[in-house]
Amino acid sequence: MVTTTAPVQVVYQRPKSLSDTPTHYCPGCTHGIAHRLIAEVMDEMGIRERAIGVAPVGCSVFAYNYFTCDFVEAAHGRAPAMATGIKRVLPDRVVFTYQGDGDMASIGMSEIVHAAGRGENITVIFINNAIYGMTGGQMAPTTLPGQQTTSSPHGRDVETMGFPMKMAELLSQLDGAGYVVRRSLHDPKNIRMAKKAIRLAFETQVHGLGFSMVELLSTCNTNWGVSVLEAMQWLKDHMLPMYPIGDYKVSPALENIKV
Amino acid sequence: MAKELLKGNIAMAEAAVRAGVQAYFGYPITPQTELLEWMSERLPALGRTFLQAESEVAAINMLYGAACTGARVMTSSSSPGISLMMEGLSYIAGTEVPVVLIDVMRGGPGLGNIAPSQGDYNQIVHGGGHGDYHPIVLAPSSVQEAIDLTVLAFDLAEKYRTIAFVIADGNIGQMMEPAELPPMRPLRTEYPDWAVRGAMGREHRFLSSIYIEPKDEEVTNYRLMQVWNRIQENEVRYREYYLDDAEIVVVGFGTAGRIALSAVRNARAQGVKVGLLRPITLSPFPFEELEKISNQAQKLLVVEMNSGQMLEDVQRAIKGRIPVEFYGRMGGMVPFPDEILSEILRINQEDIPLTGDPRQRWMKRFAAVINWKN
Repeated sequence: MVTTTAPVQVVYQRPKSLSDTPTHYCPGCTHGIAHRLIAEVMDEMGIRERAIGVAPVGCSVFAYNYFTCDFVEAAHGRAPAMATGIKRVLPDRVVFTYQGDGDMASIGMSEIVHAAGRGENITVIFINNAIYGMTGGQMAPTTLPGQQTTSSPHGRDVETMGFPMKMAELLSQLDGAGYVVRRSLHDPKNIRMAKKAIRLAFETQVHGLGFSMVELLSTCNTNWGVSVLEAMQWLKDHMLPMYPIGDYKVSPALENIKV
Repeated sequence: MAKELLKGNIAMAEAAVRAGVQAYFGYPITPQTELLEWMSERLPALGRTFLQAESEVAAINMLYGAACTGARVMTSSSSPGISLMMEGLSYIAGTEVPVVLIDVMRGGPGLGNIAPSQGDYNQIVHGGGHGDYHPIVLAPSSVQEAIDLTVLAFDLAEKYRTIAFVIADGNIGQMMEPAELPPMRPLRTEYPDWAVRGAMGREHRFLSSIYIEPKDEEVTNYRLMQVWNRIQENEVRYREYYLDDAEIVVVGFGTAGRIALSAVRNARAQGVKVGLLRPITLSPFPFEELEKISNQAQKLLVVEMNSGQMLEDVQRAIKGRIPVEFYGRMGGMVPFPDEILSEILRINQEDIPLTGDPRQRWMKRFAAVINWKN
């Protein structure tokens, strides 16, 4: 038997920006991953004490319980407006929203488009899982054509229910946007890419380069009615072709920022 | 400071600036737009926050966010815009953060018109947003009073961590009168212990209107009601005119109250013992004062620029002790002093029944005023 005398080294622990509170999320849900990535980035940048988060309405309505920075809780879809109010009064704070697809791309479409258009120096983490989670699996603006939900029981018919909203592409068209990208949370490689994007989004804000958004393709195994592993595969097979991972708007000034 | 000729909207805006407003978020809508325009010039020049929002929905939510930082904040709008703000107002009430709103009311319902009205009484005094909450509502009848009440609104909103409204109408907003502005107050440098400003060297805080456990929400509602009780006990404001020997008492607020005062003076000149009660706080409402009046006066006339929204609160106070009559103009129409005078003279002559509905009686009389044909 080989014994080691190497000193104990902590290689993995809860980020200081993440609170020691068990989440209410379903087992297998990618919200936990997204939360952790944000907390790791806050730790690495040392911004926890000047960060203010804005929670949405949806599954992540209790996000304020899971971070150790200050938080407020917005009305459905209004997080970018609320974040604007905070950021304008406290421009040296780091203000971010965390929003789902129903919150941001449906009821909050006006607030998000205008926040981006104004070049509001806020960061938006956008969770796209193609469904309304909290209310129990209804059709979202991001629901895929043909996808069955509890309010599109025969599948989303684009003739009557329209087409999915591609938010990263849409917001990247606005001059106020400094950093708009899409990433995915379905495997470790993509999770690492997502973390780097979240870092760059916060760097965009800290450097005053305008509006930043990271769209994170996410799963909802509960409301999709599949296992956790099947959900990851479904995201890969069906969401990636509709929502390609990519950098849709990157301010040239970000090239000088090494992370 | 000397009196100067000031337009109501600009006077209220400048009063807010001098009261130390740190951030304003708004959206253009007639007849309050000069207020927003004034702020767009003044606040950035003073290094404070002005932002024209994309909608009233966004404006109220920007206000909500800014209020969470403990800053002195306000918005202004007119009736249809206030309707759009009701969602945000309910959240603000539930989160217990202080905000000031100025509503320069216009004719409705719907798009209506841009003429003066008092049609927002119910949507502001009796709610509008969901859930139980009670804003403080102040009603000026002159440019000077609009200035004074704007300053007061900030102090009251912060004292009680509540919503304070100044409800003017298109008349007050648009007319020019000599008035005196207050001196410039210094901006605040200290912030309350609930303010969300970043967890620097302290435990993190959050502000929210969510209480997922019904028993917690019930306790929150109870706390809101206790605050409301304190407001009712301490903040009732009104002006009395010629009430000492008044047999007839007219009740009216804002512009309607001011026009009623002209009518009351004319009636006095004709020997009619009539007085005026002009509520300044519509919420809390001067119930006790009205009850007192109902023990002294013989008849009451309520005058409003709506179809009798405050009338119902007056009736609640009077409890049928003396007869109540009503006279209203609606949809952006403003009563002339003579219309109210002839109502006073009629009431002075006629026996008014204690029973029956004053609104129904008014509607019958009013048909002739608008040449209504069945």
